[in-house]
Amino acid sequence: MMYDFLVDLFGNSALANIIAGTIQSLLPLFVFILPFALFAVYLERKVSAHMQDRLGPMRTGWHGWKQTIADILKLIQKEDIVAKDNDRLLFNLAPIIVFAGSYAAFAAIPFTSIFIGTEVDLGIFYIIAVTGIVVAGILMAGWASNNKYSLLGSMRSVAQIISYEIPTILVALSLVMISGSMNLHTLSEQQTGYAWNWYIFGGPGSELSKFLLIPSMLVGFLIIYISTLAEVNRTPFDIPEAESELVSGYHTEYSGMKFAMFFLAEYANMFAVSAIVVALFLGGYQSPIGYLGDLIGAKWMIPIEQFSWFTIKGVFFVFVQMWLRWTLPRLRVDQLMAVSWKYLIPIAFVNLIIIGLITLL
Amino acid sequence: MNVYDFIFYLFAAITVLSAFFVVTNRNIVYSAFFLLFTFFGVAGIYVLLGADFVAIVQLIVYVGGILILLLFGVMLTNKITNVEIKTGTINIYPAVIGVGLLSGALLAALITSTWKTFPTEAPLPTTAALGTMLLQEYALVFELLGIILLIALIGAASIARREA
Repeated sequence: MMYDFLVDLFGNSALANIIAGTIQSLLPLFVFILPFALFAVYLERKVSAHMQDRLGPMRTGWHGWKQTIADILKLIQKEDIVAKDNDRLLFNLAPIIVFAGSYAAFAAIPFTSIFIGTEVDLGIFYIIAVTGIVVAGILMAGWASNNKYSLLGSMRSVAQIISYEIPTILVALSLVMISGSMNLHTLSEQQTGYAWNWYIFGGPGSELSKFLLIPSMLVGFLIIYISTLAEVNRTPFDIPEAESELVSGYHTEYSGMKFAMFFLAEYANMFAVSAIVVALFLGGYQSPIGYLGDLIGAKWMIPIEQFSWFTIKGVFFVFVQMWLRWTLPRLRVDQLMAVSWKYLIPIAFVNLIIIGLITLL
Repeated sequence: MNVYDFIFYLFAAITVLSAFFVVTNRNIVYSAFFLLFTFFGVAGIYVLLGADFVAIVQLIVYVGGILILLLFGVMLTNKITNVEIKTGTINIYPAVIGVGLLSGALLAALITSTWKTFPTEAPLPTTAALGTMLLQEYALVFELLGIILLIALIGAASIARREA
């Protein structure tokens, strides 16, 4: 593991543990989330542009690749506006809490076989728990803004996240029943080998139960993908930010770097939910076709390959989120609740029971 | 003092200070938001005690459930900012005697009892053991609790849906 390597590097003392822990906890932010957010904002613009037969940013750099960097520079320079009637303390605290909540989820996501923030036994359960902090932060932002659009946006967002957490938990629970572990690292390790060992194809092994599981797993995958889509407020579930009704939802009043923090949290969340889906159903960091490192006998290459596979799978699902955003229209509030409570939750329950029965075989 | 002691005192300070603010603040929304930090601090202390499952459940149930419900309730109430929360002092003498007796008893219990101490060791994961216990030794109690919660849920739904 990377942590042990870092502890050894700094001389194996109590202080070395602290330094290694600090580095370990900051790595996903600086190595992953910030570059990913830069790339994803650019990708979002290009995807939306090409879907609407436009070109998107073209002027800064080759095909506009420097556009996001220019945007960040602009955001840093912007005046930090706090209106007179905003609640100063909560207004300033909210972006920090929202970002801390979404970043906390990255502690349990395994990026490769040698890097996971913390080898916590409760993995997926922990990720679901820290979502609660994000929810509280969103409510805080909406209330402190002292603006009816913001408050309505945050209320909608929270109601939506809470409703769609239930199908997510139910599907995650069915996977816990099959695998006997909540640790995403262990789950990824179990799906080693080739693509047919992934849980979407019934998991490792070749008994009858594996083949019986395949339809339920496909249903589970669809449910968890739809509900995580709703949890990160992406279209078709973006009513919390419905521009035509609510200006921009709970971050209407924010400007400059505080807005950037919400933005960063949103993109971090988009990747986090894709990573969860990938780790649960699509083998996590495992390669579908075997490793080049194994083939040529270079063991050190395997973690790098795993990291690339993980990134490719994660970014692919982020791309699907963008694709959906520019394809589907937005749902109405009542339709949104109906989808979760009348369709996804009952289906997820039935799916859970079926999977439970198959596991008993 | 090693790093765990430091982290413990950090969480303890967060818990106690925010709990103090919850009680003393005059703005009801502020009180509700300070509860977030109290729950968070308690979850941190659970983690340090090696109760990882309880810590996560604390976060899910209290932060993700009860706190959000509380905030919804507070925010959907009309004119929340104008609610006058009475914070005055009445019946000083009985209160002093009562609180004094209670705190005296608690302090005495704290000082006189012999604490079980164990050498520090890396905490083991508790989830699997808890699950086995709940579904084998305490299966009946567990099911009964589930039924009680279900009854409460059905009751709440039927009261809320009663049409006039």
